[in-house]
Amino acid sequence: MPLESVNDFVVRFANVNGSGSASANELFARSVLRMGVPVSPRNIFPSNIQGLPTWYEVRITEDGHLGARGGIDMMVAMNPQTWDKDVASIEPGGYLFYDSTKPMPASKFRDDITVIGVPLTAIANREYTDPRQRQLFKNIIYLGALSALLDMDVKAIEQLITEQFKSKEKLIQSNFHALHLGRDYVTLNLEHPIGLRVRKSDKVGDRIFVEGNSAAALGAVYGGASVCAWYPITPSSSLADAFTSHCRRLRVDPETKQNKFAIVQAEDELASIGMVIGAAWNGARAFTATSGPGISLMTEFLGLAYFAEIPAVVFNVQRAGPSTGMPTRTQQCDLISCAYASHGDTKHPMLFPEDPTEAFEFGAQSFDLADRLQTPVFVMLDLDIGMNHRLCKPFKWDDSKQYDRGKVMTAADLDAGKDFGRYLDVDGDGIPFRTYPGTHPTKGSFFTRGTSRDRYARYTEEGPPYVDNMQRLLRKFETAKDLVPKPLRANSDKATRFGVIYFGSTAPAMDEAAGLLKAQGHHLDMLRVRAFPFHHSVDDFISDHDFVFVVEQNRDAQLRSLIVNECAIDPARLVPVLHFDGTPITARFIASAVSNRLDALKVTPLRKERA
Amino acid sequence: MTYLAKPKFHHPALPKNALGFTHRDYEGSVSTLCAGCGHDSITAAVIEACYELSLPPHRIAKLSGIGCSSKTPTYFLGNSHGFNTVHGRMPSVLTGANLANRDLIYLGVSGDGDSASIGFGQFAHAIRRGVNMVYIVENNGVYGLTKGQFSATADRGSKSKRGLTNNDSSIDLVAVAMQLGATFVARSFSGDKGQLVPLIKAAIEHEGAAFLDVLSPCVAFNNHAGSTKSFDYVREHNDAVNRLDFISPRDAIKVDYEPGTTQIVEQHDGSRLALHKLAPDYDVHSRIAAMNYLMERQAAGEVVTGLLYVEPDPEDLHKHLNTVKAPLNTLEAKELSPGSAALEKINASLR
Repeated sequence: MPLESVNDFVVRFANVNGSGSASANELFARSVLRMGVPVSPRNIFPSNIQGLPTWYEVRITEDGHLGARGGIDMMVAMNPQTWDKDVASIEPGGYLFYDSTKPMPASKFRDDITVIGVPLTAIANREYTDPRQRQLFKNIIYLGALSALLDMDVKAIEQLITEQFKSKEKLIQSNFHALHLGRDYVTLNLEHPIGLRVRKSDKVGDRIFVEGNSAAALGAVYGGASVCAWYPITPSSSLADAFTSHCRRLRVDPETKQNKFAIVQAEDELASIGMVIGAAWNGARAFTATSGPGISLMTEFLGLAYFAEIPAVVFNVQRAGPSTGMPTRTQQCDLISCAYASHGDTKHPMLFPEDPTEAFEFGAQSFDLADRLQTPVFVMLDLDIGMNHRLCKPFKWDDSKQYDRGKVMTAADLDAGKDFGRYLDVDGDGIPFRTYPGTHPTKGSFFTRGTSRDRYARYTEEGPPYVDNMQRLLRKFETAKDLVPKPLRANSDKATRFGVIYFGSTAPAMDEAAGLLKAQGHHLDMLRVRAFPFHHSVDDFISDHDFVFVVEQNRDAQLRSLIVNECAIDPARLVPVLHFDGTPITARFIASAVSNRLDALKVTPLRKERA
Repeated sequence: MTYLAKPKFHHPALPKNALGFTHRDYEGSVSTLCAGCGHDSITAAVIEACYELSLPPHRIAKLSGIGCSSKTPTYFLGNSHGFNTVHGRMPSVLTGANLANRDLIYLGVSGDGDSASIGFGQFAHAIRRGVNMVYIVENNGVYGLTKGQFSATADRGSKSKRGLTNNDSSIDLVAVAMQLGATFVARSFSGDKGQLVPLIKAAIEHEGAAFLDVLSPCVAFNNHAGSTKSFDYVREHNDAVNRLDFISPRDAIKVDYEPGTTQIVEQHDGSRLALHKLAPDYDVHSRIAAMNYLMERQAAGEVVTGLLYVEPDPEDLHKHLNTVKAPLNTLEAKELSPGSAALEKINASLR
């Protein structure tokens, strides 16, 4: 039986890298959105530039499940290299859309799916003579064909094309023409619409559709970052690129045409973090964007910033490690390497945004936290959030907000006779005052160093001042627990002995999985951790439950390790649920892992022997 | 131990500079280096240069890496902020600091291990970016703190104190700086204060990447026969191309120099460099000629010193980045945050 579904199915486009398919595919996703139906698209791409396979998957989901679903209901197979695997991956009863210009042997198909051939190359070749045009418009032709097959509102697509090309009427008309070439072919020659359909709805609301890297970069603009030093690395490069384009639009002085920002592409990640630390030491808000291998290179400097107490913001867009790992695949695998980055006793705050909205919020907030705590702060994105468009709540900004520059002593403070000790804990929160270089002719200067020193920044190798300083740093870390974003708890409507802890990009899959589990009679209280160090409510949540699942996207249960390490919890009560094959975690995976475990727990216990 | 503040009292008749500061106001804490170390002479020259230029001490930021040379910023400019960073990475920290506040003077102090070995890359990139700074390498060809290993500036064939011969080619930081586009390049000798002080002053006033390689013999590990970085060797082979008088914008030129022997270089800030030529045909504005001369004299076993190259109208990183005149660290939310109305527009464009 062919699959039948309205507003709830998955289409995957199999393309050749560099063929110009990306914009047509994104146009498809946006068109569905314009029809009021939520979508969640994902790029699946190998680490190459041109000529190799790339996929784009669109989950159409009226219920708003934005995690990856798993399984493919319709394959748009445009890449002969991956044909066999692509055809094999279609769900039974699904649909295969392909370019039927060249006849394919029957053995290349399956008989449990519906095969839809449209002679795309033939249509394009008939219509266009320029090879580049043939290629580009072929993408629009298949979009037109799909619009008829899936019963989509062609006006929505036309509207988007009009917006995209603004006043370039010629381009608008030629795209319309290609769109209708595909649409007309289906209308005249094929049975349509098929069992999968998009129907207008009103489930999108005022939400925006944006990539996490772009959102985080915008957060840095709003958060007041004026210095960015970075080194290109997938999947974080688009964050620095986005910061550059946001700044060009939003941070150029209208009168002088001069820049209220400085962006340097450094020679490596060591130099990137070095520049960030130098700029922040000197009182500017500065950040770098990187991924796991970059963090490894930065660790010596991160220890310096921790020990010398210099603010820094590091956006880590995580990818699958170790080593070069899978540069274009997603994971949450740098928690431990960031939490304890560098030699000696070190600990660093981390923020875990779930989507672009939080990437923006936390991106801006991280600069306040870094200044307040005078320490490096990590914003932990991953490829799944960073490099995919995600439907999310609109960005918000309060114009009355002033930046929290933390404890900075001014020339006036110094003249008023305030006692300045760079590493003196005057307020009991472990956070000392600092001065910016150049503050006062005779007061407040000090020497910043990675070697040990006393409360007045004087070099010393004596044990007691060293211990005093290290313990103050721990007090500061305690202070951080109440400053970083708090965990969000959602209790099940039925009392339960089981809980689940999750974070970051796992959130939409986890939300959906909770629904699936509930339908099976498994109730879970949920806690979404949003930062490290952990707020005391993480301890409370765990003590409220017999067992707590910890769902994460790495092999070694890194969040669970951090909880065990920092919260003094019996590890036996924390059950790991781990997904780490480089694809985004799915609700199906979580629900199955959790229900298997819960079903096992439900096995009637052995009757206790009577005493 | 190792932190010893110098007593502040001084003779009441000690001369004062234009800001009313004495020489003592530019000092730091007591040096912990070996007695006779060349680095201490460089420290003295830095103090002298800043005093003579009447620089407000707190408007200077001094940054260094790790090593004997990188310890020296503790010994000068006690009223300046200092930053002893990590080994070989001073250039990136200085670059970041410079981006944050273009109004301070940045003094980067490094050594041959710090800049030619572990930090060779950062040295090169800071120079090629044209960061407005004075980058001083206190060059002794040896690792002092770890007791006498060769560094990357040790000449091939030179001997260590333990009798080992260095087989590796040496890195000539002056040649590299020249090739990478430094707009002020000089070499001097810690034992020649008369040459060194004006060079430091000129470098500070230079508004671009100024590089100073200062041969600074290590009395503990590299001052023996067979070393090419010893006091005796450098004195015997010192081939100075010029002597420099630094003339600040406030001073009138007091002396009439004999024509043909002296070249006046106007710097961007109005200061003037009076160069008394010692090598008659040496052109201080020709990068190519300078590099040729360096190679020739080096092949002859000579150590070329003096102001080797200067670009009178240099550009710096801030110019390339077109940054605003106000230091970036003074900008606040009203200048940096585009505001909620702009954000609403962005939201609308993402639907």
